[in-house]
Amino acid sequence: MEIFQHILNALQFGSFYALIALGYTLVYGVLRLINFAHGDIFMVGAYLAYFIAVTLLGIGGLNLGMHIDPALALAITVPVTMILTALVGVTLERTAYRPLRRKGADRLYVVITALMAGLVLENGNLALLGASRKRFPDMIDKVVWNLGGGVSVTNLKVIVIVAAIGVFMLLQFIVTRTKIGMAMRGISYDKFAIPLMGIPLDTIIVVTFVLGSGMAGLAGILFAMSYPILEPYMGALIGWKAFIAAVVGGIGDIRGAIVGGFMLGFIEIGVVAVFPSTLRDLFAFSVLLIILWLKPTGIYGVAQTTKI
Amino acid sequence: MSLLEINGLTRRFGGLIAVNDFNIELGEHELVALIGPNGAGKTTVFNLISGFYQPSEGYIRLKGKDTKGLRPHQVTALGVARTFQGIRLWGEMHVLDNIRIAQHYRLGYSLLDCFLRTKNYTLREKAIDDIAWELLEAMDLKDCAYELPRNLPYGVQRRVEIARAMSVKPSLLLLDEPAAGLNSADVEGLIKLVRWIYDNYPVTIWMIEHQMKVVMSLCSRIKVVDFGTTIADGSPEEIQKNHTVIKAYLGDDTI
Amino acid sequence: MQKYTATIVLFAFIALLVVLAQFSILDRYYVSVLMFMGVNVILASSLNLVNGYMGEFSCGHGGFMCVGAYVSSLCTVLMFSKNQILGAPLLPPQFAFIGFPLALMAGSAAAAIAGLVVAVPSFKTRGDYLAIITLAANYIVISAINNMEIIGGPRGFMGMSATERAMQDMLNIPWVLIFVLLGTVFTVWILRRFVSSTLGKGVPAICQDEIAAEIMSVDTNRMKLIAFMLSSGLAGLAGGLYAQVLGYVNPQSFDIMRSTEVMVMVYLGGMGSLSGAALAAILFTVLMEALRFLDVWKWVVIPLLLILLMQFRPEGLMGNKELSDLFPKLRKYYSFK
Repeated sequence: MEIFQHILNALQFGSFYALIALGYTLVYGVLRLINFAHGDIFMVGAYLAYFIAVTLLGIGGLNLGMHIDPALALAITVPVTMILTALVGVTLERTAYRPLRRKGADRLYVVITALMAGLVLENGNLALLGASRKRFPDMIDKVVWNLGGGVSVTNLKVIVIVAAIGVFMLLQFIVTRTKIGMAMRGISYDKFAIPLMGIPLDTIIVVTFVLGSGMAGLAGILFAMSYPILEPYMGALIGWKAFIAAVVGGIGDIRGAIVGGFMLGFIEIGVVAVFPSTLRDLFAFSVLLIILWLKPTGIYGVAQTTKI
Repeated sequence: MSLLEINGLTRRFGGLIAVNDFNIELGEHELVALIGPNGAGKTTVFNLISGFYQPSEGYIRLKGKDTKGLRPHQVTALGVARTFQGIRLWGEMHVLDNIRIAQHYRLGYSLLDCFLRTKNYTLREKAIDDIAWELLEAMDLKDCAYELPRNLPYGVQRRVEIARAMSVKPSLLLLDEPAAGLNSADVEGLIKLVRWIYDNYPVTIWMIEHQMKVVMSLCSRIKVVDFGTTIADGSPEEIQKNHTVIKAYLGDDTI
Repeated sequence: MQKYTATIVLFAFIALLVVLAQFSILDRYYVSVLMFMGVNVILASSLNLVNGYMGEFSCGHGGFMCVGAYVSSLCTVLMFSKNQILGAPLLPPQFAFIGFPLALMAGSAAAAIAGLVVAVPSFKTRGDYLAIITLAANYIVISAINNMEIIGGPRGFMGMSATERAMQDMLNIPWVLIFVLLGTVFTVWILRRFVSSTLGKGVPAICQDEIAAEIMSVDTNRMKLIAFMLSSGLAGLAGGLYAQVLGYVNPQSFDIMRSTEVMVMVYLGGMGSLSGAALAAILFTVLMEALRFLDVWKWVVIPLLLILLMQFRPEGLMGNKELSDLFPKLRKYYSFK
C-alpha cells in the first residue's frame, strides 16, 4: 500500500520537473539553445509569487494595507505571477539573447550568456534580499483525503499534478494545432523558411519564451505552496536536474519533457524509499547518465544524421 | 591482387537503396571515372570506401584486406585519400598545417616524445615538414603556405585539398567532383594537375565528375551509375555511344 | 643563447618571487594570491585544451579538480600526518619533499582516469550532450564524496599542513609556493609542447571539421582521449596544489560554481589561446581579490562582465592568437616554436 503513497509523491515531484523541463525543451526546440538561466527563472517565479501573495494578504511585501481573502489572493497571484515571470523571460531574451542572434553569433556565446544570466539572477537575489529565507504564506486550506490503506493525498498534490498534465495538454494543442505552434516546430528544422511563410521569427521566439517562462512561473508558485521555504539557490539544482530530465526524454519534444520530468520524480522517490536520502542526487544523476548512454538522443529524440 | 575490389556492394538507408550491387576492380596506377546523374549514389560509394558508412551487403577489399568494421582513419592508413564535394579544409589553420595533419597516421613519435622533444620527435617532425613542403612546391602552393584557406581563391583551395590528400601518400586517390565550382581556367589547371599527379606518383586516381571535358581528357575507363545501379562500364568512346547512358543523362528523346 | 632568454628570465622571476616570500618582503597575503593565481592558470589552461582547442563544452572541470585534491591530500595525510581515521604517519618527515610531488602525481593520475570516464561518451556525442555529461559527472563526484563519511563527508578533512611543516622542518623555504610555481610552469610547458606539435594539431582539426579529420587519418577517438585525460589530469594537479595551499579540502569548493569560474577564465582569455587562458587566469584572480569588498555583489558583477564580453568581444582577450602572434619579436627569445 505504501507504494501508492510513493507513486503519488513521485507524481507530484515529477510535475515540478516536468513543468520546468517544458521550458527548456521549448526554447531548445526553437533556438537550439540550452537556456541555462531557466532554473533561475523558476526561482524568480517563486519569489514573485511570494511578494505578490504577502502584499495581497497584507503581511509584507509592498505593504499596501490590503487584506484580501486568501483564496481570492491565490486566484490573483497565480496569473499575475505567470505573466510577470513570462515578462522576465522575454526581457532576458530581448536584452541578452536577441542581440547575439542578430549578429549571427556562435551558439556557444549565447549559452555562456545564459549561464551568466542565471548567476546574475541567483546572486542578485542573494545580494538584494539577503541570505535569510522567505516563508511562503499558506493560502489554501489543506484538505487531506484518506484513500485507505494508509495512503493519503492532499488537495495541493492533486492540484500540482493536474496542473502539470493540463499544461502539457495545452502545449500539445498549441504546438500541433495552432499556426504559431507549428511555426515553432518548423523553425527547429529550417530557420529561414518560416519567415517566408509570413510569421516573423522574433514573434515565434517571444511566444516560446512567454510559454516557457510562464510555465516556470506556475511551477514556482506551486512549488512555493508545496515547500514553503524559499532561498536564492533553489532554482539551481532543480533547474539542472529538470534540464537533464528534458534531455533524457528527448530534448525539443514536449512529450519528452513530461516523460523525463515524471521519470526523474519516480527515480528520486524510488531511491529515497530504499536508500538514505543523501544518496538521492547521486543516484538520480547516475541513472539519467546511464539512460543517456544507452539512448543518446533521449527517449523521444531523433538522431541527427550528418551528410558529407 | 588488385588494389581495390568491390563486390556486391549495397547500401540501404531505411527504404531507400542508395547503392545497389556495385562492383568494380581497380589495379595499380589507373585513371578511372565514376559518373551518373545527381543522387545516383556516387558519393555514397566513396563514403563506403572511406569507412564513413558500413555496407548493408557486399564487401570492399583494399590490397586484399577487407575494410569491414574499420574506422575511416584506419582505411586511410591503408593508403586511401580523398577530397570532398564541398571543400573541407580546416578553416582556422594555415595551408601548411592542413597538409601536415594528413600525415597523422604515420607521425612516428609517441606522446612522451612530444612532451620531451626527443631526437625522434625532432627528426620525425622535420620529415613531416619536408614532405609537406615538397608537395607545396610541386603543386605551386609555396606562396600560400601560411595563408588561411578562406583567404585563397576557390581554385587554389581545391589544389590545397588535393595536396592534403596526396600528403597521405595514398595508393588510391578518390576525387569527389574536383571540378565543381571551378571556372574554365581553373578546370584546365585541374586537368593538368591530375595528369601531373598520375604521371609522377604510383597512385590510382578514381574521380566522380560531372564535367565531361575533365572525364574524357583524363580517364581511360568510365563507370556509369544511375539510382544506385551500374548501367555501363567501359572506355570513353564506348560510353559516349551507349544509349542507356544517354537516356539517363538526357532523357528518352534520342538525339 | 638568445633563444633561451625567455626561459632564463622566467626562472629568474620565479626565484625572485621565492626569495621575496622567504624573507617576508612579500607578505603572506600576496603569497597566497600568487599561489591562487598559479592554481587558476593551471585550471584555465587545462580546460582551454578541451573547451577552446577542441571546441567542446565541458562544464565539470571542478569535478576533476576535486578528484585530484582528495586523492593527493589523502596520500599526503597518510604519509605525513597523524590523523584520527588514517592513523599515524607512514613516512618520516624527511621524505616530505619527495612524497608531496608523488602525491600530486597520484592525484593527477586519478583525475586523468576520471577524465577517461567522460572522454568515452564524447566519442559519439558532442556539444550539448557533453555539457550534460560533464555537469552530471561534477555533481556525482561531489555527491559521492558528501556521502563518504570516512573522509569527512560534506565537512571535508584537514591535515595537509603537516606535510608543509615536515618540509619546512627540513629546510625552511616557502615549499608550497615553489611547488605551485613549478606546477604552473610545467602545465603551460607541457600544453604548449602538445598543441604546437603536429600530433596536438589533430585537436583543433577535430574542432574545425571532425569528419575531415577522421578521413584524413586522425584517430579522433585517441585524440579525444588524450585531450580529456591531459586536461583532467592537470586539473587534478591544480586540485592537489590547491588543497595544500588551503590546508584542507571539502567537496563544496569544487562544485558547479568552481567549474563556472574556470569557464569564465577560459572564455575571458579567448578559446584556443593558451597565453590567453593564462593571462585571463591571472587577471581573474586579481579581479576576484580587487572586488572582494563587493562581497556577494562580486558574483553579480563578474557574470555581468562576461555577458558584456559576449556581446562586444566574444573572442575574449586574445581570440585564438597567442602572445607570439601579437608580438612576433618575442619569437627570438624562446626556443620552443
